[in-house]
Amino acid sequence: MDCLQQQEVEHIFGYPGGANMPIFDALLDSPVNLVLVRHEQGASHMADDFARITGKAGVVLVTSGPGATNTITGILTAMMDSIPMVIICGQTITPNLGLDAFQEADVSGITYPIVKHSYLVKDPNDIPRVIKEAFYIAESGRPGPVLIDVPKDVSTAEIVPNFDVELDLPGYSVPTDGPAIDIAEAAEALQNARRPVLLLGHGVLISDASNAVKQLVEKMQIPFTMTLLGKGAISEFHPLSLGMLGMHGTAYANYAVRDCDLIMSIGSRWDDRIIGDPAKFCKHATKIHVDIDRAEFNKLIVPDICIHGDARRVVEHLNALVQPGDTKEWVEQVHKWRKQVPLTYKKQGGLKSEYVLDRLNALMQGEGIVTTDVGQHQMWAAQYCLTKHRNYWLSSGGAGTMGYGMPAAIGAQLAAPGVPVWAVVGDGGVQMTMPEMTTAVINKLPIKILIINNSFLGMVRQWQDLFFDNRLSGVAMVGNPDFVKLAEAYGGKGFRIKRNADVDRVLQAAADYNDGPCIIDAEVVKADNVFPMIPSGLTYADMILERPKHKMDKPPGST
Amino acid sequence: MTPQHTISLLVNNKPGVLIRIALVFSRRGYNVDSLVVSPAKEERFSRMTITASGDEQILEQIIKQLNKVVDVLHATDHTTHSVVERELALVKVSCPISTRTELLQLAEHFKAESVDLCEETITLQCTGDAGKMDAFITLLQRYDVLETVRTGKILMARGTAET
Repeated sequence: MDCLQQQEVEHIFGYPGGANMPIFDALLDSPVNLVLVRHEQGASHMADDFARITGKAGVVLVTSGPGATNTITGILTAMMDSIPMVIICGQTITPNLGLDAFQEADVSGITYPIVKHSYLVKDPNDIPRVIKEAFYIAESGRPGPVLIDVPKDVSTAEIVPNFDVELDLPGYSVPTDGPAIDIAEAAEALQNARRPVLLLGHGVLISDASNAVKQLVEKMQIPFTMTLLGKGAISEFHPLSLGMLGMHGTAYANYAVRDCDLIMSIGSRWDDRIIGDPAKFCKHATKIHVDIDRAEFNKLIVPDICIHGDARRVVEHLNALVQPGDTKEWVEQVHKWRKQVPLTYKKQGGLKSEYVLDRLNALMQGEGIVTTDVGQHQMWAAQYCLTKHRNYWLSSGGAGTMGYGMPAAIGAQLAAPGVPVWAVVGDGGVQMTMPEMTTAVINKLPIKILIINNSFLGMVRQWQDLFFDNRLSGVAMVGNPDFVKLAEAYGGKGFRIKRNADVDRVLQAAADYNDGPCIIDAEVVKADNVFPMIPSGLTYADMILERPKHKMDKPPGST
Repeated sequence: MTPQHTISLLVNNKPGVLIRIALVFSRRGYNVDSLVVSPAKEERFSRMTITASGDEQILEQIIKQLNKVVDVLHATDHTTHSVVERELALVKVSCPISTRTELLQLAEHFKAESVDLCEETITLQCTGDAGKMDAFITLLQRYDVLETVRTGKILMARGTAET
């Protein structure tokens, strides 16, 4: 615990058990606050969002065996989205390792593919160094989760800790400045571009490059688009913002990417949701890739210029080299598209998810944090809830984890007390981590859980509708509980939205309710689809803006 | 046949390092043909030499991902580099009196040593690069080969270059 205090840990998200009892005992004498969850998956998502907002590693403390394995989904989520996290697991005593002892699991073995690094501590004297290294590795470079497996005899031992111990990481280095020669080449390419687009990813947020990138955008007048996790890299209210791109991105962002003569990705990994068919993506445009992780270069896309370095430093360097660009015609064209193909939905025919989220956006004006699960509601929220500030949009991007939104909102509210936090979730996902409602209640966290309730696993239903002849299989959420009553049963507040006329009034009432968590059950139309859509593995020319009349071929890409 | 690549790694000498490296290959469906682990000059490090064959683009990813593993100091594909490479093989061949002389002559040509001889079998030890090994073992196929054990390839950069 003293070692964790050295790392300025404020909250630990955890759950006790036999193998971590010595550490829980030490918690009693420590100023570090324990957030006691109801399921270990919840702890991992809370730590995840705490980390997304503070930039410091979120700490999870669980017991051995099932306690540790319950965090696997959360660790994968953090790994896929480059989130700093330190997971401390209890473990059976060292003489019992490998003997199938009670609640023993080879947690190191299970987690190797989904951690940035991990430790099994066998000598108590190693604890100070291991904790120090774990935080350093988790938070530096491309962040990620680090797991520490602590056998019970090791956590019981008494040691005289040496907090000044040196790190011993000969195989680990953190890139900083990009090579000057590559940056100069990129500057020249940008200067010569007439139709440039910036693609901003999560890396911009992680490296705190927002101001530098905004300067570049404004100086050169370059329209920018953001990945799902890059939302808020620069305010989406900015006149040069095109919003999110890709599979369910805005049509105008996708047109801009289709027709650009240069695209520069800063801290994004050209994910398959964005590039569709890698062989055809931006075939005739110059591609520049700025990334802190060398392994992202040439992975899916082979860029013309790769700059290996920290996004903020690279862009600051770039800003010193470039002059105002000649993009007037291009910016006019982009604005034209914005008018021609705006995000749109039918206002009639029942309560639309888009309308609820559109009104939430009007209420928040970018001044609230939004967390989501995965699926239709996530895409609609990404489209309609514009992100103004860095780290005000928190979503499980890479892993696409259902059940992420609500515990994430708890972590976010603890990291940012006083800021309104809205968990926009689906009726499917929210039930996966529902027990954390208790955690929110006992900590009096005024999170607002907005359930976009269409009684379906909507995104899967949409694919079955479009690509499987509407043969619906396993997607009807028959038997959903009464979410309003459920909120009350947990000791929270419940609201319900049934009609368009309810929306503003209920959202306002929820916003004003600050005694604890509340659930807003929005009973939206059941069979709505998310558009625009580029079916997976296809190109920007294949984007559809509404449901086609004809039957569609199954897309060549994955999900 | 896809070209074979030889990758040399300098890694921390700790438990769990081997599996972290093996996972980088297996996750991408890449088969490891041979793997040699030995102590490096400094005791806290180990040297690994891995041969694998498969798609070049995936191999580029693998090398980059190997270099990301915290316990890996460096991973280098030496396939096109100037290196000294060696492998050692033990081959046990059935050896009645009638073929004994022939076998010993063949061994001499390859500078292979007889390391064990009994009435029924002879065990030959041969060292060299992969090409020589393959030629030696192919020629022995004419006789009744009972067992073959190969160490897998090791290599070292020539001159002052670092492996």
